[in-house]
Amino acid sequence: MSVQNPREVYGRTLVELGRENLRVVVLEADLGKSTMTCYFEDAFPDRFFEMGIGEANMASFAGGLSLTGKIPFVNSFAVFAAGRAYDQIRQGICIPRLNVKIVGSSAGLSDFGDGSSHQSVEDVAIMRAIPNMTVLVPADANETRAMTRAIAAYDGPVYMRLTRNDLPDVVPADAPFEMGRPRVLRDGGDVVVFAMGQMVSEALRAAGELDGRGISTRVVNVSSLKPVDEDALRAAAHGVRGIVTAEEHSLIGGLASVITFAFRGQGLPVRCVGIADVFGQSAHSYRELQEAYGLTAGHIVSAILEIAASQRRAGGQP
Amino acid sequence: MMTLTRDVAALDRIAARLRWHVVQMVGVGQKGHLGGSCSAADVVAALYFAKMRHDPANPDWPDRDRFLLSKGHSALIQYAALAESGYFPLEAVTTVKAFGSILQGHPDRLSTPGIEANTGSLGQGISIACGMAAGLRIDGRASRVYCILGDGEMAEGQVWEAAHTAPIHGLDNLVAILDNNGLMATAPIAQRYDTGPYPEKWRAFGWHVCEINGHDIPAILDALDAAEQRRGMPTMIIAHTVKGSGISFAEHRPEFHNGSFTAAQFEGACRELAGPAAMPSESGTGGLA
Repeated sequence: MSVQNPREVYGRTLVELGRENLRVVVLEADLGKSTMTCYFEDAFPDRFFEMGIGEANMASFAGGLSLTGKIPFVNSFAVFAAGRAYDQIRQGICIPRLNVKIVGSSAGLSDFGDGSSHQSVEDVAIMRAIPNMTVLVPADANETRAMTRAIAAYDGPVYMRLTRNDLPDVVPADAPFEMGRPRVLRDGGDVVVFAMGQMVSEALRAAGELDGRGISTRVVNVSSLKPVDEDALRAAAHGVRGIVTAEEHSLIGGLASVITFAFRGQGLPVRCVGIADVFGQSAHSYRELQEAYGLTAGHIVSAILEIAASQRRAGGQP
Repeated sequence: MMTLTRDVAALDRIAARLRWHVVQMVGVGQKGHLGGSCSAADVVAALYFAKMRHDPANPDWPDRDRFLLSKGHSALIQYAALAESGYFPLEAVTTVKAFGSILQGHPDRLSTPGIEANTGSLGQGISIACGMAAGLRIDGRASRVYCILGDGEMAEGQVWEAAHTAPIHGLDNLVAILDNNGLMATAPIAQRYDTGPYPEKWRAFGWHVCEINGHDIPAILDALDAAEQRRGMPTMIIAHTVKGSGISFAEHRPEFHNGSFTAAQFEGACRELAGPAAMPSESGTGGLA
């Protein structure tokens, strides 16, 4: 599997979009070398707005730009984009359904060194709760590119969450992104793992490990958290005996909420892998945080084994 | 296309009519943001009926000038101006804040023809206005953006983020107007949470600043005309106004920020405004002329 950096690909895709569509404009809060909007700034300085470290003003300003027909991409770290500009996004963008794209970069714990102030564990929950908002989380750089192009073509407010770190490719480079649609990336008959963002590649690794232990695991990429096609989610779980969710986000308001709601009343056992109701902290490596917060393939394996054990106790297979 | 006038007597009459509509919208026993609507009435009248290029029959005309009420709670005065301009029937003003009405408690662009942006969470309208001005400039349009802020709103940090932004991006197609009526919702600002001095602060942020009597139509028009000539920097017009202006018993009174009328007060307000507004004098409950 080759590895790419989603924010790098995002930055390059913005340049493609800028070349194709004069309406595309980019706003930045002094993080352009991290969010990689620096490429767009170099290519199209007249359509790039340095807004300084003022996320609230940046979000409202983007609303104003959209009211003149522009397609603004608003950039900051996820924790600031969703947190500091929450009310501006709610009041000025989502209530009137303005065509503004909010891109939350360095999301989750991916900014491992900077600690809890810069790590977003609740951004998806905040954004999902706002009516009219679309919430998307790509699983790799290929999907980041397709998704960035799709949201530029979609007329309405969008929040897109990006990780800071490299990710293995799990989605084919030419796969189209369809809003609302979960995608089965790996088939299997015993258990289904619904995964979001960087946990998709962890889920695929877990599924590979379990092959050798006689458990057949299906992996579904849920990159569209809202809207989400609940019928398609239920269809993706057809025939399995249990469900695992996996996300680098609080268990409150993210993928676990989406899946448990979609499967309410279905009687399938569910285990949720994600961040308990706690903040992040600094570490010298991302891996240390993944281990500490329970966000590895191994944690997904454990969750699947728990489901298998509960099924055995209940007299089912395996 | 809206027919504009520079006739001062006519504009004074229009401002009185706008206040008269505000009084009708508040009515008896219901609450409404009367004080800040009346303090802004003359500036709003000058913008809609003397200055701005706009077309009530075509609210989305791309080359129109834009008006945003960053102090969105004063929506009643904007609804009055939109109705008098012909964006929607005058009868609609009687439905304000009713369930299902096109006239919401705060400006909502999806509900009301002529409303440009959703404001009401204070401090955001001026940032939206900056973004509009920037977008219009990219397109090379001559349109100008006018934005009224409240003095109570000056406490919002976002106002000062926008105050940085407009000069940094050279938005000389933007005119902010501070409705400096001196009262926050609860008391005189100077006694409770004094955010001045405004001229010095806005000048320091890089704005062209002028101060006027915000109830003097010729002064308002002069300031708006002068702003149009200013290149390279945005303009802040500090309009010194009286909260509740035009209704004697409501002037300078915090309780009419979001107040209600008794039946007697309502009749009194209608009587006071009927003459200047050239409205039927007997009662505010009469039809709209």
